[in-house]
Amino acid sequence: MNTLPQDFFGRIVFIIQKYGFTLLEGAGTTLIIAVIGTIVGCLIGFFVGVIQTIPISKKDNILKQIFLKLVKILLDIYVEVFRGTPMMVQAMFIFYGSAIMFNIRMDMWTAAYFIVSINTGAYMAETVRGGILSIPEGQTEGAMAIGMTHFQTMLYVIIPQALRNIMPQIGNNLIINIKDTCVLSSIGVVELFFATKTVSGAYYTVFEAYSITMVIYLVMTVFFSKLLRFFEKKLNGPKDYSLSTTDTLAYTSGMLKYPDKENHYE
Amino acid sequence: MNEIIKVEHLSKKFGNHEVLKDINFSVEAGKVTSIIGASGSGKSTLLRCMNLLETATSGKILYKNENVLTSKNIPSYRTKVGMVFQGFNLFENMNVLQNCKIGLTKVLKEDKEQAEKESLHFLEKVGMLPYINAKPRQLSGGQKQRVAIARALAMKPDVLLFDEPTSALDPQMVGEVLKVIKDLANEGFTMIIVTHEMAFAREVSNYVVYMKDGVICEEGSPEEIFNNPNKEETKEFLHRFTNL
Repeated sequence: MNTLPQDFFGRIVFIIQKYGFTLLEGAGTTLIIAVIGTIVGCLIGFFVGVIQTIPISKKDNILKQIFLKLVKILLDIYVEVFRGTPMMVQAMFIFYGSAIMFNIRMDMWTAAYFIVSINTGAYMAETVRGGILSIPEGQTEGAMAIGMTHFQTMLYVIIPQALRNIMPQIGNNLIINIKDTCVLSSIGVVELFFATKTVSGAYYTVFEAYSITMVIYLVMTVFFSKLLRFFEKKLNGPKDYSLSTTDTLAYTSGMLKYPDKENHYE
Repeated sequence: MNEIIKVEHLSKKFGNHEVLKDINFSVEAGKVTSIIGASGSGKSTLLRCMNLLETATSGKILYKNENVLTSKNIPSYRTKVGMVFQGFNLFENMNVLQNCKIGLTKVLKEDKEQAEKESLHFLEKVGMLPYINAKPRQLSGGQKQRVAIARALAMKPDVLLFDEPTSALDPQMVGEVLKVIKDLANEGFTMIIVTHEMAFAREVSNYVVYMKDGVICEEGSPEEIFNNPNKEETKEFLHRFTNL
């Protein structure tokens, strides 16, 4: 026989014992969607950002110029549409809309990954574009001067540095995604928010259930923000370097001033 | 006369502003050509046009008798005519060795061992062998420029273009970079150098071009230009340097 304890903390313990697993399952769903959505979104963002920064030169073939312009316009529309409408509305529009209009029975999970990815992609496209533009023009010229193509310059020189510069923004997006997956409850995805709603309804313990959920969200976001900081440091590389020489006199450590004018021991 | 690069009637406009007007000159293989002149005279633009970093408005640039302005394969031309910049333009995400190696492995498609061997050879030549593990931001300006020269040399170009290689350097670092360039000159490397270092231009070049307001004002051997310039403008320009 389950009786609800009278005090706040007692009820918290009660909910954790009874529904802890349900909540954790919801948190797991939230995390998987957020992480995968962010990764796929970043890939979309890099793809779009790189295309948007391809220079169009008047010397190119006219067909190539028109094609490139057209692709850039389409990508612009994509970014504006998905950045300019709420994700919750997009979720309803895509999930139910695709079923009614095109008779596509998208499964809920596919829809969830799709919506978060495409949304993140729209934001990341602009971030990546900014990241690419933040790398000094000189390095592009340096790469071109040794005969690299635009694609090679991007791949080996610009993107690795742009990636480092936009790491904080990727972290931001991941954290926003962890929180914003709760809008997917509108299409029936049982993530952390949906799970909490169910749990709180069972015994009318709204305050207690959401207290637990607040903590879970906070733990997840803080954990990932620290993890990304760690990656950022890794990407910075070591602050020092070792001299590569067999001549030990070239090493500064352990060198003595000679003759030692300051210390006369005689 | 063995001309490797020939510039014919080259002009360049930025909007309505004509930066280069009907430039004609040629560079002999194995010779060092210096381009001198005041800031804004079009020296750097001329050099950048020759590397196709700027698109010339009209005229021809002949490399081994082929007009590169209509060339389909610009990257392959650039491997033959290398460039060293005022601002070094090293790749900040790579260490010194990788900076030299990347062009060999990715552009010339050499295998890794060969590329590393060659890179080390050129880094040794510019005296940067001990620093192969350093990132550009850990180096001084003079060291960065020496790495940039090694990177350009590693591509084994026929011609090297220097765009004010010492202008961004502290005075005490100018010498180390000029020494590297002088060594190359002694080996008979074909170079075109845009510079403000008059004493250096006089010492190292076989041919000097003086530019003013987008045109070649006077050209000739260093003796002619520095000792007996024909034109008033050239005298005036050089006078400012000797009076310092």
